[in-house]
Amino acid sequence: MRQTLNEGQQVLTTLLKEMGEEVTRILQGSMKALYSLDRTQAEYWISEDQKVNDYERQVDDECVLLIATQQPVAKDLRKIISAMKISTDLERMADLAIDIAKIVRRIEGPLCKPLIDIPCMAEEALKMMNQGLEAYSREDMVLAQNLAELDDAVDHLYNQVVRDLLIIMTQEPNNLDQGMHLTFVARYLERIADHATNIGENVIYIATAERKDLNS
Amino acid sequence: MGQSLSIRQLEAWYGTNQTLKGINMEIAANQVTAIIGPSGCGKSTFVRCINRMHETLPGSKVKGEIILNGESIYGQDPVSLRKTVGMVFQKPNPFPSMTIFENVVAGVKLNGMRNRQNLQTIAEKSLRMAALWDEVKDRLNYSGMSLSGGQQQRLCIARALAVEPSVLLMDEPASALDPIATMRIEELVGQLKSEYTIVIVTHNMQQAARIADTTAFFLNGELVEHGPTSEIFTNPRDKRTEDYITGRFG
Repeated sequence: MRQTLNEGQQVLTTLLKEMGEEVTRILQGSMKALYSLDRTQAEYWISEDQKVNDYERQVDDECVLLIATQQPVAKDLRKIISAMKISTDLERMADLAIDIAKIVRRIEGPLCKPLIDIPCMAEEALKMMNQGLEAYSREDMVLAQNLAELDDAVDHLYNQVVRDLLIIMTQEPNNLDQGMHLTFVARYLERIADHATNIGENVIYIATAERKDLNS
Repeated sequence: MGQSLSIRQLEAWYGTNQTLKGINMEIAANQVTAIIGPSGCGKSTFVRCINRMHETLPGSKVKGEIILNGESIYGQDPVSLRKTVGMVFQKPNPFPSMTIFENVVAGVKLNGMRNRQNLQTIAEKSLRMAALWDEVKDRLNYSGMSLSGGQQQRLCIARALAVEPSVLLMDEPASALDPIATMRIEELVGQLKSEYTIVIVTHNMQQAARIADTTAFFLNGELVEHGPTSEIFTNPRDKRTEDYITGRFG
């Protein structure tokens, strides 16, 4: 029953998965550019923004078409509305990843500290995004709810990074500029993780019709 | 395979009342074309012109041209035309005195087919295409009237398919059915379009949106807009279409 609607929902799941892969590529690329302070690489990832924007538009168009022609209700409707919101979250994640690449443009090397927690944050944030998309695809409440714990871990890393950078900046004022940039990188990664928890919130909304805040 | 239709300057009257006012429209083969519009807009008259049923009414008149696969339908014998252009009506109308089997093969028998083996093959094939075979295969000798409304409508679709038409006209085929039976008919339409050209009249806009490849909006006997369903229901070109599909009038 409802073959067209089911197929449309499958298209949305596939588009969001591909969009997530694009975000992963851009964030991993931007982080590599940061580790090596490679401005050429950074410029390349900045130029990749349009692909994710195109995916967001495709998801929007598919959702509009399904709402206009298939009259989804109840869980079907929530799933389509949520796909639109998740695509917005993914697009924001890509923007933040590109903001990191833009910071590479401005950092004068060498790095004032070895990057340990920041790469961990990037890895965790991507893990969260993929877990959120998996939860959406399987409508898995447990995976979705678990994002709250993962987000706490990223928040903890963020606080740790900020504390470390504050110490470095206060001890050596020459590091102030770079310290500020790295603080922003950490902030962007923390925001990416927040967007990943939003995906989980949408999965919970799809399954229960209830709004739950996983960022609290 | 389905055949394409080209409608040119089609006009139709009931007595002095003109119900179609110069319709020009292309209907692609193997697509589902939905005709929507408020009551009295001419949508049923339009499909009744395609198999020349309209002109059978006393006082009715038709002008214009309908080309089916390159040939005018007005140059053809109406009875043989109706073998190529089948029709399913709003209310399921199985022949009450006939069994399920007899209902399905009524048309082909009328065309002279008598071989029992062939009739059985045709009945099974048609019932399978109409997604009814599994539900009736063990009771083909029961009366057609013993079926539910939704099953009766699929029986009528099987009867229409048995004569192997290229075009299937459906005049509000699900309006007398419950939502589940309606959904089955809609799914069936989606499956049948690979073999047939389907023109479906519906006053249910949502149904048109769900199943049609293209949608035509009729108003006061005129074709206001015809285009891909995805565009008609998201970004219609004509303000009247938008007002109708958004429930502003009609």
